[in-house]
Amino acid sequence: MNSTPVQNTSKPREPLFHIVKRPTIPLWKSWLIRAVAILAAFLVCGIITFLLVKRNPLDMYIAMFRGSFGSSRKIWKLVKDIAILLCISLAVTPAFRMKFWNIGAEGQVLVGCLATTACLFYLGGKVPDWCLILLMLVTALIAGAAWGVIPALFKAKWKTNETLFTLMMNYVATYLVAFFLLTWTPDGSSTLGRIEGVGMLPVLFGNAYVLIILVVAILTIAMYVYLNYTKHGYEISVVGESENTARYIGISVPKVIIRTMLVSGALCGLAGFLIVGGLDRTITTESAGGQGFTAIMVSWLAKFDPLVMILTSFLLIFLDQGAAQVAQDFNMSDAFPSIITGIILFFIIGCEFFINYKVVFRSAKKEGQA
Amino acid sequence: MKKFLSLALIAAMLLSCVVLFGSCDSADPSGDDGFKLGVICLHDEDSTYDLNFINGVKEAQKALGLTDEQVIIKRNIPESNACYEAALDLVDEGCDVIFANSFGHETHILAAAKEKPNVQFCHATGTMAHTEKLPNFHNAFASIYEGRYLAGVAAGMKLNAMIEAGEITAEKAKMGYVGAFTYAEVISGYTSFYLGAKSVCPSVTMDVQFTGSWYDENAERATANALINGGCVLISQHADSMGAPSACEDKNVPNVSYNGSTLEHCPDTFIVSSRINWAPYFQYICEQTQKGEAIATDWTGTIATGSVVLTDVNTAVAAPGTVEAIAQITEELKNGTRHVFDTANFTVGGQALTTYLADVDTDAGFVKDTEAIENGVFFESKHRSAPYFDIQIDGIKLLNTNFG
Repeated sequence: MNSTPVQNTSKPREPLFHIVKRPTIPLWKSWLIRAVAILAAFLVCGIITFLLVKRNPLDMYIAMFRGSFGSSRKIWKLVKDIAILLCISLAVTPAFRMKFWNIGAEGQVLVGCLATTACLFYLGGKVPDWCLILLMLVTALIAGAAWGVIPALFKAKWKTNETLFTLMMNYVATYLVAFFLLTWTPDGSSTLGRIEGVGMLPVLFGNAYVLIILVVAILTIAMYVYLNYTKHGYEISVVGESENTARYIGISVPKVIIRTMLVSGALCGLAGFLIVGGLDRTITTESAGGQGFTAIMVSWLAKFDPLVMILTSFLLIFLDQGAAQVAQDFNMSDAFPSIITGIILFFIIGCEFFINYKVVFRSAKKEGQA
Repeated sequence: MKKFLSLALIAAMLLSCVVLFGSCDSADPSGDDGFKLGVICLHDEDSTYDLNFINGVKEAQKALGLTDEQVIIKRNIPESNACYEAALDLVDEGCDVIFANSFGHETHILAAAKEKPNVQFCHATGTMAHTEKLPNFHNAFASIYEGRYLAGVAAGMKLNAMIEAGEITAEKAKMGYVGAFTYAEVISGYTSFYLGAKSVCPSVTMDVQFTGSWYDENAERATANALINGGCVLISQHADSMGAPSACEDKNVPNVSYNGSTLEHCPDTFIVSSRINWAPYFQYICEQTQKGEAIATDWTGTIATGSVVLTDVNTAVAAPGTVEAIAQITEELKNGTRHVFDTANFTVGGQALTTYLADVDTDAGFVKDTEAIENGVFFESKHRSAPYFDIQIDGIKLLNTNFG
């Protein structure tokens, strides 16, 4: 891609450096590059902290880590937040492996939240609790699956653009939630309070987050197996590589697209169920909180590998909680901490370039690791 | 190999978590490190609503001589379980009293209050403290309708000046109002503003249009422009962005602002602005907690407590005599000779109002439960601090009643 063009003039003038694709790279080397990138990112952040806000960089580093590891409650929150983000990331991954660019996870999670809240609102106290929880789960799965499969049907039948379609479905979901909030709160405040006491998810080992963490842990392994060791997973990979090949070996492409988006949507619905049932106990138009989009980054950074996604979702949640802690400790708005997280992400994503390519200088053939 | 490495890293992470669980112990809520105030804000300084709270915190901090370590502000906390988590995190940090500023925070703060009975929780604009009856959960608001009434007086005098100058006729004295949502806080606000204007300019009418959002600069600007195009000669708003004031400045239409002065950006159209000053409340809850005394379940700040304030009048735009008129009416409101919602001054469907049941107690059915009118006056903020005046009075036309 970026290799130098062949020079056929009589006096070739070699540029100062050129970029060569690496054939393979040893594992230790790729991780070394990543480690160097993270160290460099923190160094740059430290300098910026000192220059822009005139604060001790050490305080910034401490705050970053305190945000995630400052107390046992923060650690629990960290693991729980990773679990929710990972759940949504796992949901979008099968579609991405198929090269179906589903950016509608936000809306699919939101309708899952809506279905769960609707069950709580209309049926709370009217049916036995086990039945209510079951209904919450099933309706959330169906709602998410429906939101995912509509664009898939259009894609499979009429080749519509799934990126635009899934994006637009997000807005429909947001306004659907706004509509129901108006219906449920006749005082006009559009604010529904927590619905407690009915349909509470079981608390395991004395902590409400344990159930969520366990569910997502099992889901992660299941998704890993599904994608790598099952016929469905194989079909998804083939459709992603080449639709013509898939057709040639007798895979029904529309069927795989629809089936995969049903799975993808349903898992987003599951995330919605966990958010409302296990945490918020209510809904706002921002219940998904942008995680449907962050999940895309988690999945991409991990190259669609469910196990690596544990790491990438940890990274994003760690940065998020760290940034909030910096804002709190420095007593300032979120603008500056956002710059910090932006720099760190830039370095982490940027270093992938140096893992795939190497820089060759004119005179000596040396490697550059910026 | 790669799988192994990631699994190993994950295992290491989980292990370190477990180890840390063992070593970490939640801080003692009462805390030996002195008094601490925790504040939870929905947004940050970019929102005028939150800026007003943050300024209030800083003013109270200065007055009480608290150090920066004794005041913790958490910004951008959404109206979800994150609010509950933020509150408990503030408890871990040793806060003795915790305050949240957004209506939707209430039930999440309430959940935290039930879990931590030794810590005081205060919530602005909420409605549930007087029915929940928890000793450590409190609501607060201010009689901002009085401030809006005074701002309305300034608006009415400006209209009178425009009529005298021959710019408009008395029948054309129509104001426009950009509202957020159609509920009591906003209705109480625009009605008091209108009644203030009407007390000096009897022919005034008003159009109200809602945006369906507390902060949407484009929608607020578009709504203000639509009202101006519809014949409104003066604009006011109850939403948090600069949308409406800057639309007024562009079209040279006088504007009565909210939540703080917009004089700097709108020197040719800004008249006056009312706002709630939260500093007295922050000071009050800190002092009560430090003394170990109870905080009022439902606290209403007034002009007298310094909670309802007006900015300086922009004499370049306001009618002559506005400052003096506001000073005089402020005295009348303080000593009780004048009431904003005096039923002698407005009608509903052409009739004077003699009785009205307001929805004061929060319940799932939104039952109207409390008689609000005594001796010919609708007493706002008496039965609970948050507004409950939600009546459509004559002279005010709602251009949309849904929120979009």
